[in-house]
Amino acid sequence: MKAFFRSASPFRPSPFKMLVSYLILGFWAFLILFPLYWLFITAFKLPAAVNNGPFYIPFVDFQPSLHAWEYVLVEVGVDTRRMFINTVVVALSSATLALVIGSSAAYALTRFQFQPKLGTVVVFLLCVALAVILSVLGVPWQLAVAVAVALFVVSLFTIARRFKRALNNNDIAFWLISQRIMPPVAVVIPIYIVFQQLRLLDTWAALIITYVATNLPIVVWLMRDYFMSIPYELEESAQIDGASRFRIFAQIVLPLAKPGLVATFLFVLVFCWNEYLLSLFLTNANAQTMPQAVVAQNATRGPQWWYMSVLVLIMIAPVIGMAIALERYIARGLLVGAIKG
Amino acid sequence: MGAQHPFLLLWQMATVISRATFSDARGAHIQRSRLERAAPALFILPAVLVVLFISIFPLLMSLFLSLSRIRFAGGAVQFEFVALNNYRKLLLGSEQKVLFGVLDTPSPIGWALLAAVAFGLAWWIVKGMRSGGLPIGRILASALLGGLSWLVVATLFSEKGRPGTLVVTMLYVFVGITLQYLIGLGLALLCAQQLPGRTFFRVVFLLPMMITPVGVGYLFRMLADTNKGPLMPLWVALGLQDFSWANNAWGARIAVMIGDLWQWTPFMFIVLLAALEGQDVEPVEAAIVDGANSWQIFRYVTLPTILPVSATLILIRMIEAFKIIDLPNILTNGGPGTATETLTLYAYRIWRALDIGGSAAIAYILLFLVTFFAMVYVRALRARLVST
Repeated sequence: MKAFFRSASPFRPSPFKMLVSYLILGFWAFLILFPLYWLFITAFKLPAAVNNGPFYIPFVDFQPSLHAWEYVLVEVGVDTRRMFINTVVVALSSATLALVIGSSAAYALTRFQFQPKLGTVVVFLLCVALAVILSVLGVPWQLAVAVAVALFVVSLFTIARRFKRALNNNDIAFWLISQRIMPPVAVVIPIYIVFQQLRLLDTWAALIITYVATNLPIVVWLMRDYFMSIPYELEESAQIDGASRFRIFAQIVLPLAKPGLVATFLFVLVFCWNEYLLSLFLTNANAQTMPQAVVAQNATRGPQWWYMSVLVLIMIAPVIGMAIALERYIARGLLVGAIKG
Repeated sequence: MGAQHPFLLLWQMATVISRATFSDARGAHIQRSRLERAAPALFILPAVLVVLFISIFPLLMSLFLSLSRIRFAGGAVQFEFVALNNYRKLLLGSEQKVLFGVLDTPSPIGWALLAAVAFGLAWWIVKGMRSGGLPIGRILASALLGGLSWLVVATLFSEKGRPGTLVVTMLYVFVGITLQYLIGLGLALLCAQQLPGRTFFRVVFLLPMMITPVGVGYLFRMLADTNKGPLMPLWVALGLQDFSWANNAWGARIAVMIGDLWQWTPFMFIVLLAALEGQDVEPVEAAIVDGANSWQIFRYVTLPTILPVSATLILIRMIEAFKIIDLPNILTNGGPGTATETLTLYAYRIWRALDIGGSAAIAYILLFLVTFFAMVYVRALRARLVST
């Protein structure tokens, strides 16, 4: 009986501890799987089987039916397919773009020294503010932007040069990362107006640009710490051998950072895939994404749980597949970023 | 370089401007091509431009919007500059009850909590004074933290008090994250043991993170249904079959928090598990040889190694959690009344009522709040990490 409480080796838990561990882990797994199970069986229920009280086991409690699948995939199949393709295109391209742009910025922040003059930054902000005020006051925005750019270039070589104070890499990194703090709701109206002026509303481009911008901070944050953990010597010797910066980045640094890249990519992909608020503002018919399809099932007749479940299942299947395939990378990739903080 | 192609001209302009903006200090002795010299700027410019285009410019414009009243008159949009009117309406005027809630004299427990907070803040300031100079940053931060604590105590720990959207948001963030961290850590500790079949748990525990928050909202609405949901027998057994989430403020808030907990504990779990598995074996072995029990090993060996990870993890989640909207929007529609409404949802509701200036003002208050908490957190953390 005593052996039950004693472990065979210091690193193997005793049978008693193992039992308790399994009980707790199993309990949490149940808490996670039961809602998913409910989602799954609801997708096969007739409206009556949902509305007349809880039925738990298919073929015993209720007769499963494919009516919801038929509705989603055949009756409104054109819409579903369009939204699904929108989601795939937007999420994949924004995640890829964010990864490319963000990781090169993160690389630059760990390997080069930047010293933007404080004066330049101030002048720039003033010029942006000027453009905003001019365009709000009724000046055509093209003109306002042109004036602001001209003023910026002129003052860049005159006023801004006089300031001696300069910012450093940490300031730039902090600035990039702090963009994540910004709640989307704070900028969504101006973004809407900008895309309206550029006639890009309800297109993939609008969503992709917005998603890239909102997810860049995460990429910079995670990848910067990842690049810091990669030794610099390798690159130095490649540089002496005459490789260009771009070649070093593409052929030495990126392959070394693969776990970080994969994890970050998946992370950003999930964010883009599931995003609802911004896509609600920026699209209305053509470029709608799947989360909107889910919400649209909450019609005047009340929520159509069966259609909703089917849509959610369609949405999560690809992501879960990827997550399971890349599970090892997720942990490793996120970790290096997190350790250095 | 040949004839002046328009792109080339643009390119040269870009390099001149970028060189005036960023100067590269490293490796000047190596003979390098023009492209090579522009490399640092080329690496970072795309990111800077995207962020400028989509963040800085809209942020400034939002600031302007929050200071104006916008009217839609017959297809035309009219801007009227109203200075701080939108903010005044929120902080002092007709919207004050929604934002701050109803305040009342705190109960004894509330007073005790408040005293504890005041003591802590005073100690923090005194410590700052001792290290030289007048700690203006700390005094300002303490004033704000004290005010927020008063708000929390006067709405949550009082007889007639009722929390507004500000307190509800903070409740979701701080209580939610604490619970998520503790549960995530507990599960990670269990999963880090050498248990057969733990890969199964790792994969299963990851799943909720992958579901769209909108889907989680509807899923939990199904589960929380006391008549048709799967938990109906439980509600009947408890005599709660006529209970409605839509009518009970705390019930609705707890439902939102459970949904958030369900979705985001996996994030804590997966990163903490990786940290636990990445820790060195030798210190643990040494501790075992020295006869330490498992609590001592956790407290003095494991915890210090996962503390930096935890700090970043909590910061990421804090920033994200302040922006919560989908879950309360779908699950409870912010109701009953505004009981489960978060600041983002509030801004969204006001926006739908076409008060765009007011919406921008709420968004700015939220931005200020998140920035403030993130900075206090980072500062406190840095002091902690440097001193130990």
